Amino acid sequence: MQKRYGDNVTDYQSLRFDYRRHPDQDAAAPVRRPVVVVGAGPVGLALAIDLAQHEIPVVLLDNDNTLSTGSRAICFAKRTLEIFDRLGCGERMVDKGVSWNVGRVFFKSEEIYSFDLLPEAGHARPAFINLQQYYVEGFLADRASELPLIDLRWKNKVTGVVQHADHVELTIETPEGPYRLEANHVAACDGSRSSMRGLLGLESKGRQFKDRFLIADVKMKLDRPAERWFWFDPEFHRNQSVLLHMQPDNVWRIDFQLGWDADPEEEKKPEKIIPRVKALLGEDAQFDLEWASVYTFSCLRMDRFRQGRVFFAGDSAHGVSPFGARGANSGVQDAENLAWKLAAVLRHQAPDALLDSYGHEREYAADENILNSTRATDFITPKSEISRLFRDAVLELAKSHAFARTLVNSGRLSVPATLRTSALNSPDTDAFEGGLVPGAVAADAPVIRADGRAGWLLHEAGSGAFTAVVFGDGGTADRAAMAAAEAGAAAGVPVTTVRIPIDEAHALATRRYDARDGTVYLLRPDQHVCARWRRADAGIVRAALDRALCCNA
Amino acid sequence: MPQANAAHLTTAPNIDAPDDFYEALIEAHQGLSTDESHAFNARLVLVLANHIGSMPVLRESFAAATLC
Repeated sequence: MQKRYGDNVTDYQSLRFDYRRHPDQDAAAPVRRPVVVVGAGPVGLALAIDLAQHEIPVVLLDNDNTLSTGSRAICFAKRTLEIFDRLGCGERMVDKGVSWNVGRVFFKSEEIYSFDLLPEAGHARPAFINLQQYYVEGFLADRASELPLIDLRWKNKVTGVVQHADHVELTIETPEGPYRLEANHVAACDGSRSSMRGLLGLESKGRQFKDRFLIADVKMKLDRPAERWFWFDPEFHRNQSVLLHMQPDNVWRIDFQLGWDADPEEEKKPEKIIPRVKALLGEDAQFDLEWASVYTFSCLRMDRFRQGRVFFAGDSAHGVSPFGARGANSGVQDAENLAWKLAAVLRHQAPDALLDSYGHEREYAADENILNSTRATDFITPKSEISRLFRDAVLELAKSHAFARTLVNSGRLSVPATLRTSALNSPDTDAFEGGLVPGAVAADAPVIRADGRAGWLLHEAGSGAFTAVVFGDGGTADRAAMAAAEAGAAAGVPVTTVRIPIDEAHALATRRYDARDGTVYLLRPDQHVCARWRRADAGIVRAALDRALCCNA
Repeated sequence: MPQANAAHLTTAPNIDAPDDFYEALIEAHQGLSTDESHAFNARLVLVLANHIGSMPVLRESFAAATLC
């Protein structure tokens, strides 16, 4: 492996990882591993890191020896960054990425409105960063290389899968021939054309959109703010949409809608692309074409993300249109959902039924993403004359009427699903205001850490264990903190406690959690709220832990 | 006079001066081409829908406007 980690001059696009023979290939009988993850893209890498942080050894297989070709997924959402923080590489992503919160929408030649995705302060992470997928994968691969429990095998391609009652048997092709490997559990993170899906004879079904889009990454010096610019029917590209995004290294992503009749091979040629870019930037614009791709997309998903002992995560399980940045972001959230559950089951802290909840929760999230993505696509590319008439009516009205701006849909940008209907939630028994219902991802807020330094609530609650966030410092709060520890000991799972005083410095946290002295939020290892109380005793915390681990099923 | 309520669509007569309204509606389309009239109607639907606001009432409106 080219060991040039830790610096920012690594050319992640040309990085090649060496195939290395593993002793498993010479074993007389197939070796059994707890978890094999197939696919070292953003989802597989995030899952492997998370499992390793849970002290679960993981074999990560990749059929190739390179990172992402081209920038591909470029928008990484606040929730994904919070997950990367927990995985130990969030800071690097944010330092390299272009942070943005503001989007502008244009119709024909006019700006019709702008929006701010994160209008309030007091969050560690911005609404989005733009960062080329090869950096994201590179930083994740760097982090993975620091974890001895991750056994990353490049040029290891799965060519056979057999499910048994207590394990999965994989046949793996390498440059030196095939070998077999057994795993208690397998995660298929091998992308939209998942070979794991094919090997199991499964399908991802849905709706294909009859439209083509051109992505052009151009390198240039351009004095524009880091904002998302979206044009409906601009003068420079009539009857179609255009999206402009800033990436690091002076690279700009331009996404041109082309229509279904466009010839993908023809449109990929620089002599076709350059005039399109010049129409947007001006005839005398100086730029280099970095990467281009013509794509179509579908909104689809597998019926069930859990298939026996194989778990599908990311694009292998579901696909969306790019509008809304819901592909890679939801995949990383799949990984986070699966990691702690696999760890709990492998450690005998939870029954196998907990793994069913991975499917239920992430299928629910995928449906939400597909719904949002389909609606955005129907708005951006109207499918009928009347749909186009209403779309244009909305855009005309949006110039002067605020209500119409709420109808403009250039992509509802990725936010994590609130798992309201999850069986792992304990329903509220006390009254609370605000959006942090059981099933929601915990909100961030500034905190003062135990050592007196400024910190963030989600960092403090990022141990990877269940976390009791206890507000106040009175007797009720002290008893609640004790109850959480006691309940964890009784349930056989560690529970970390984060204490938040109710004072001036913690006013935002107190408000976001609608907290009073003694209020407790119980967070799952993936930072989703699973229960909350005004007063907690060990009995109710234990019951909530049992429910969140499916131990009472 | 019957009042619109949030829960249900009013289909009982509810316009103060029906003849004045109808005349004004046709008047609003004066001088517009057919395409412009369609676009005007689309904007009008959106403006009125926002005024109504309630999704159940809007759904009942779609049903009422569907001839069957």
